[in-house]
Amino acid sequence: MSIRAFFQDRPMPYVWIWKMTEAVLLRMGPLFKRVGVERSSKIMKVPEELIKGLMFDCQDCAQCLLHYNGMTCPMNCPKQLRNGPCGGVRLNGKCEVKPEMDCVWVKGIERIQKTPYKNEMFRLNPPVDWRLEGMASWVTMAVGADQIRTGSEQGIRYATEAFEKQEAAQ
Amino acid sequence: MNAPLPPAPAPVVPVQTGLTGAVSNLAKVIAAGHFPVCVEVSPPVGPNIEAIQREIKTLKGYGDAYNVTDNQSAMVHVSSLAVSIMLKQAGMEPVVQFTCRDRNRLGLQGDMLGAAVFGINTILCLSGDHPIWGDHPQCKAVYDIDSLNAIRMARMMRNNQVFENGKAIPRLAPDFFIGAVENPFAPPYDYRPYRLAKKIVAGAQFIQTQLIFNVDRFREFMKRVVDLGLHEKIAILAGVGPVRSSKAAEYMKNEVAGMDVPDWVLKRLEGLSKEDQQKAGLDICCEIANQVKEIEGVRGLHIMAVSWPAAVPQVCQMLGLYPRPVV
Repeated sequence: MSIRAFFQDRPMPYVWIWKMTEAVLLRMGPLFKRVGVERSSKIMKVPEELIKGLMFDCQDCAQCLLHYNGMTCPMNCPKQLRNGPCGGVRLNGKCEVKPEMDCVWVKGIERIQKTPYKNEMFRLNPPVDWRLEGMASWVTMAVGADQIRTGSEQGIRYATEAFEKQEAAQ
Repeated sequence: MNAPLPPAPAPVVPVQTGLTGAVSNLAKVIAAGHFPVCVEVSPPVGPNIEAIQREIKTLKGYGDAYNVTDNQSAMVHVSSLAVSIMLKQAGMEPVVQFTCRDRNRLGLQGDMLGAAVFGINTILCLSGDHPIWGDHPQCKAVYDIDSLNAIRMARMMRNNQVFENGKAIPRLAPDFFIGAVENPFAPPYDYRPYRLAKKIVAGAQFIQTQLIFNVDRFREFMKRVVDLGLHEKIAILAGVGPVRSSKAAEYMKNEVAGMDVPDWVLKRLEGLSKEDQQKAGLDICCEIANQVKEIEGVRGLHIMAVSWPAAVPQVCQMLGLYPRPVV
């Protein structure tokens, strides 16, 4: 097991770091806008790439799903699924394409149980907006550019819609 | 880095077309309370119209709808849409498969509209096997969107008459009956029912499962699905199919992604003559189908006879599923 996986399997410290980062970033939106989204993205990308690349093997999609998937980057999936896992996961939980790699969705769902974001495993993640790829997700998040709207749908829907009533009845 | 920022989402009042895909024959059979049967059709590798006609002749009348595979196992085949059109013209109800492996949003929507133009109303959206498994491992896998977002896209095209970009479709909305797939045999097993729920929220109306050999695992999956009440929101068609030989079974066990073939299947086929192996393959398929039919929540069957279309009529007759109801 790699060092990275060792820390990812204990995701709570990362969750605390994320919560602090999020609180800071949400206040930075106006500043980023004044500096210019692209320019601030160039600046912020340097630390972000270093930190997230090291911790999570970040792939720079700029629409970060890390805490929605147990601090596991879904863009490492060879199919780049935003709503995994696919049906090809091997019986031992490894990837069908890279037999030596753990399925990022299997790992993510395992790890998310240890975080306060458990409900996010029911989230219907919108598709990637490839125009943002390569920008800093800290900036896109702060200015709200990562809020992708698809078709007629506004906002995020959750799978719990499909069974909420039954669960409540029990 | 020079990517322009997307414009701020414009507030739209979605159109409600009120379409539900009820024109599809499969939808009608399900709505009428019959036990639907889907049959898989594999397009040929070469541009061989006779092979397609032969397959049509063999399979016609045995299913309520016919799944036409889209570059099955990531190997080049005649396109799903072209064969679907032939089926439609022969009076069969095709289910066009759309894999996200080969097409981006433009390609998917374009082909979906193409299907709608020919009056094809039943579609199935799936991620697709990775090209590494196929005959073009050097190609770029597209995966612009995933299966769930393809389902959602089809649903919004139908319900709200909009494309993925939020712009309105001129004049008409396509009337799709939308299908999805789910594999109960791949980890994480606990999560699979929830992923099915995700697909229901995305807009799927029927699902076809992976080939079932491990009935116990499938029963566990269905129990959880029934507990969550999902079987009332979506028609679950259990995937069954005969294996032709012990070699084929072994290949499935070892080489096909996401297949769970227990050892008893291999043992039963071992050491038999070629004809006996085929017979045993049919028997195993029927035994599994009979068990699966009894499981609560299973609405119908999806018969996949991989490279053995001649087995489908036999299976249907052995299971007493022939002739099909007319609705």
